[in-house]
Amino acid sequence: MNWTYTRFELKRVMRSRRFVFLALGFPLVLFYAIAGPNRNVHDLGSSGLSAPLYYMVGLAAFGTMNAMMSTGARIAAERAVGWNRQLRITPLSVRAYFRAKVLTAYLMAALNLAILYAAGATLGVSLPVGRWAHMTAFILIGLIPFAAIGILFGHLLTPDSIGPTLGGSTALFAFLGGVWFPITSGGLHDIAEALPSYWLVEAAHIGIGGSGWGTRGWLVMAAWTVGAALLAGRAYRRDTRRV
Amino acid sequence: MGGVVLSGLQKSFGDVRAVDDVDVSIAAGETVALLGPNGAGKSTTIDMLLGLQKPDAGTVTVFDKTPSAAVDAGSIGAMLQTGALIRDLTVRELVTMIASLYPKPMPVDDVLDLVHLRDVADRRTQKLSGGETQRTRFAIAIVSDPELLVLDEPTVAMDVEARRTFWASMREFAARGKTVLFATHYLEEADDYADRAVLMAHGRVVADGPTTEIKAMVGSRTIRATLPGVSPDDLSSLPGVQHVERRGEAVVLSCSDSDAAIRALLGRFADARDIEIAGAGLEEAFVLLTGDGA
Repeated sequence: MNWTYTRFELKRVMRSRRFVFLALGFPLVLFYAIAGPNRNVHDLGSSGLSAPLYYMVGLAAFGTMNAMMSTGARIAAERAVGWNRQLRITPLSVRAYFRAKVLTAYLMAALNLAILYAAGATLGVSLPVGRWAHMTAFILIGLIPFAAIGILFGHLLTPDSIGPTLGGSTALFAFLGGVWFPITSGGLHDIAEALPSYWLVEAAHIGIGGSGWGTRGWLVMAAWTVGAALLAGRAYRRDTRRV
Repeated sequence: MGGVVLSGLQKSFGDVRAVDDVDVSIAAGETVALLGPNGAGKSTTIDMLLGLQKPDAGTVTVFDKTPSAAVDAGSIGAMLQTGALIRDLTVRELVTMIASLYPKPMPVDDVLDLVHLRDVADRRTQKLSGGETQRTRFAIAIVSDPELLVLDEPTVAMDVEARRTFWASMREFAARGKTVLFATHYLEEADDYADRAVLMAHGRVVADGPTTEIKAMVGSRTIRATLPGVSPDDLSSLPGVQHVERRGEAVVLSCSDSDAAIRALLGRFADARDIEIAGAGLEEAFVLLTGDGA
């Protein structure tokens, strides 16, 4: 297996200062803006939860989802300069290409989590190690479909159109998934349960006492992963035209 | 053996026939220029040669393989017409990254020396000048040590000095027994660097031969004169005249040797007036060869 290509992709993303700064900084600023003023609220909406903990797990879902999908913006930019076509005339396999893209997305998501956990600690959040590990593992698994969706968008859209698309879709995913407040009943809840963001938020909510996913959660996540990965593969193969 | 064989290639986009029944064979070791005005179908032909687009009809073989098998074997290197570099890597890192994808790449330092990029090897790609960017793209094209090198209008937007350096590197690489196909719309580049030129217009091959022949064919001049009452047959027998066209009272002579032709014309038809002699550019030459507006 060729790791040189992946290694340089990881290097490239870390050197892209504005990208790293925005992808990591935005959730952090949101966290302090929302949780900071409520740092002494220890019984949020009579849930028994502290406000910093509740917002930390919500933003862990939001920030990591954002970081995964923003891979699409990098792909769209590479396509716009013809790099995608240049790669097609090398022996780089679809598998190796996707692996590099998914791993760079995960690197950003992992940094995001680390920073939010640290930020949570500054506002007094503490979790038992077991619960913390359980939550982290589920979040990392729950990000897989978002990697596929990001790559799919990257190969379908231009740099002009990908910004609004990513912004809009993450906002919608976050809202319906229950990042900001839970959607517990009605038609919206039925829709929400069919979205990967709902289950990503459920994964993050392990941190506040949730139990993760039942069969339904695993099925929804598997369906989105397979569907988006197939479409992304197809979009990649068709994407050899001059843009 | 093998070489590159394009046979009966066709490609349409909607109603536009971009490539219309193109047959070209290139022997191993040959350097061939693909010459033609913009929109002639050169880039689409190259895309099909590289496997980036599927032909509607016809076949491509590169050293007896399909384009994608040849790409996987590292036998093809290409510099596409449009294209920049990805950011945030140095020149050396980017060339190393691409080299790692191939079975038998050249040593990265050798490549950097060949394309004269040693001085800027540790510079990030977004800080390169236009000429350095093109040379880096050239380095990427040759790092696999390909048998076939394909260059699609590589010197567009280069200044004269950059062009000269670029072609010197290309020649040095080609001298290792490589097969080269490059697209250009500069006749001089074809003349200076290719053994053979293939002319395309409107998606078709309109001429294919040694560059000297092609140059004679497209490097012609035209003489235009007002000369009523003289039959085209009398004019076409003049020395140096290849083709005669009457436009009302005027005649237009396409000449292989305009000096001889003008002397003979004035010697025989002293009443010719309003004489204009013009160099026929590539575009005019194509009009002449294809018999319609390009």
